[in-house]
Amino acid sequence: MIDYFLTEEEQMIKELARKIAEEKIFPKREYYDETQEFPWDIVKVMAESDLFRIFIPEEYEGLGGGVMALTLAVEELSRGCAGIALAFAGTALGTFPIILFGNEEQKKKYLPRVASGEVVAFALTEADAGSDAGNIKTRAIKDGDHYVLNGTKQFITNGGEAGIYVVIALTNPEKGARGASAFIVEKGTPGFSFGKKENKLGIRASATRELIFQDCRVPAENLLGREGMGFIIAMKTFDYSRPGVAAQALGIAQAAIEEAARYAKQRVQFGVPIANFQAIQHMLADMAMKLEAARALTYQVARNIDKGNTKISKESAMVKCLASDVAMEAALNAVQIFGGYGYMKEYPVEKLLRDAKITQIYEGTNQIMRNIIASQLLKEVK
Amino acid sequence: MNIVVCIKQVPDTQDVQMDPERGTLIREGVKSIVNPFDLYAIEEGLRIKERTGKGRVVVMTMGPPQAEEALREAIAMGADHGILISDRAFAGADTLATSYTLAKSIEKLGSPWIIICGKQAMDGDTAQVGPELATWLNFPQITYVSRIIDIGDDRIKVERLTDYGYDIVESSLPCVITVNKEINEPRIPSLRGMMKAKKFKAEVWDSSSVEVDQRYIGLDGSPTRVVSIFAPPVKKGGEKYHGEPEELARHIARKLEEMKII
Repeated sequence: MIDYFLTEEEQMIKELARKIAEEKIFPKREYYDETQEFPWDIVKVMAESDLFRIFIPEEYEGLGGGVMALTLAVEELSRGCAGIALAFAGTALGTFPIILFGNEEQKKKYLPRVASGEVVAFALTEADAGSDAGNIKTRAIKDGDHYVLNGTKQFITNGGEAGIYVVIALTNPEKGARGASAFIVEKGTPGFSFGKKENKLGIRASATRELIFQDCRVPAENLLGREGMGFIIAMKTFDYSRPGVAAQALGIAQAAIEEAARYAKQRVQFGVPIANFQAIQHMLADMAMKLEAARALTYQVARNIDKGNTKISKESAMVKCLASDVAMEAALNAVQIFGGYGYMKEYPVEKLLRDAKITQIYEGTNQIMRNIIASQLLKEVK
Repeated sequence: MNIVVCIKQVPDTQDVQMDPERGTLIREGVKSIVNPFDLYAIEEGLRIKERTGKGRVVVMTMGPPQAEEALREAIAMGADHGILISDRAFAGADTLATSYTLAKSIEKLGSPWIIICGKQAMDGDTAQVGPELATWLNFPQITYVSRIIDIGDDRIKVERLTDYGYDIVESSLPCVITVNKEINEPRIPSLRGMMKAKKFKAEVWDSSSVEVDQRYIGLDGSPTRVVSIFAPPVKKGGEKYHGEPEELARHIARKLEEMKII
């Protein structure tokens, strides 16, 4: 076992998240996967156990743990269920813009609420703005001491369930991406409603929903940073949140390896456990190697972020891309090792495969990740 | 007013090794946990405090110095205070000597409102300490409590689970209750609780700080003698037969004959 030299606090967070996964998530994950209900009872347990405090600075009722703490928690929760873990991880994604760019009043108002367990969402994606995020159409027009928002956000994690939303909208469409701004919008604001809830392949315990803004008046004091900073805020947020997606992938891969190895030792074919066959052993060995490599890089990048390293876009993209590819491969192999049983819902690995897929897609597709990595790399090499 | 919860540290394993000579469990190398039933007792103590806004949850355990770890877990869940009753003189106690020592410790602590125990420990499985504790203290006792219906300063009304159904019982306070797993779902400790627990140092009471009659403590105070101790034989998988009842009956009769049972 590799020692990652976790601090006492980090060890505590990891143990706690594992306990929640094993005692609370394991027994309920099938139910939530089936019903697509939002796992409020488990979110409540996470909140009561202070998990939402770990990435919030201490002066706002948090425990000040940072990205490494978040990574450990998301990994352990995702080993239980990546969909349920996303209620938590998505909240961190939505909260980073406030932590990084919020002014004192905004932090004082919202961060203690998150610390005590209020779910948050981050809203950038639209129907015609996925990888091409600069193509968003949602408008925010200044009107006195308010901004008036109009438009529709799509595929928003925690949509409908979150109480706090960070929404990217155009304040100056002529400037394109440089004309975008970020706003904090609270659930219940007149003109803010929810549209279609998506029926998904995986992470079905997570709510993915449309946000609809129709002449929604948001107080001007809810603008994060300054007008025009919307994209910088979004990109910086992703630098911080992508290790969280990597962590989710690590949890899925870990579960896939554990399930596959356990099954291989039990399943007898040709008179011996299939774990005796080299074909199976080599698959397991590959899964284990790649997972450990992805984990080591993810932890290292998370620690870099916590140490204040700000030039981290390339590395954040790397861990998200690497870990999600590893998770996808591990889940595929796990299903293969289970054979016909792996294809059946009675066994846990088909869900891992369905859940793994999204980690290659959201918070930037792995193609976009490779673009980020390559473009930075080409700049660095003279 | 003290909400006293008595807990026990037990080995965390289903197949404990035994020392057949001494008639005791081998504890070395086995991870220790809080007796699972006692987690329900701690949780109920915390809930009484939360629902009434009154009382102080004091967790007590008798055991070797490392039993402090069990108290720490209770502190992480939210208990206010933990007392470790520990002394070589207390060692070797059976349930009678244990309950006597706990009773004397509760008298030393003072102002008990309610005393909560898990219904039994999963190592000894005797379910005796709770009832004996009530007897030593001369308090009423209600065993196998599955729900507290109402609790006031000096009355409690509970539901208890029995083999034939539920009893609704009322008692004066203080009293001793033992709780089963129906009563609640123990909480996951919070991070802040865990951090508090990390720093926690138990108050340790020994045989000089608790007023005890030496004849009733430790091995000397324990009338129980373990005659022998053994692991039950491992059950073999057995065989399954499928078919019509008559055919199966014949088959089984033949088998029994072969085994010279009939």
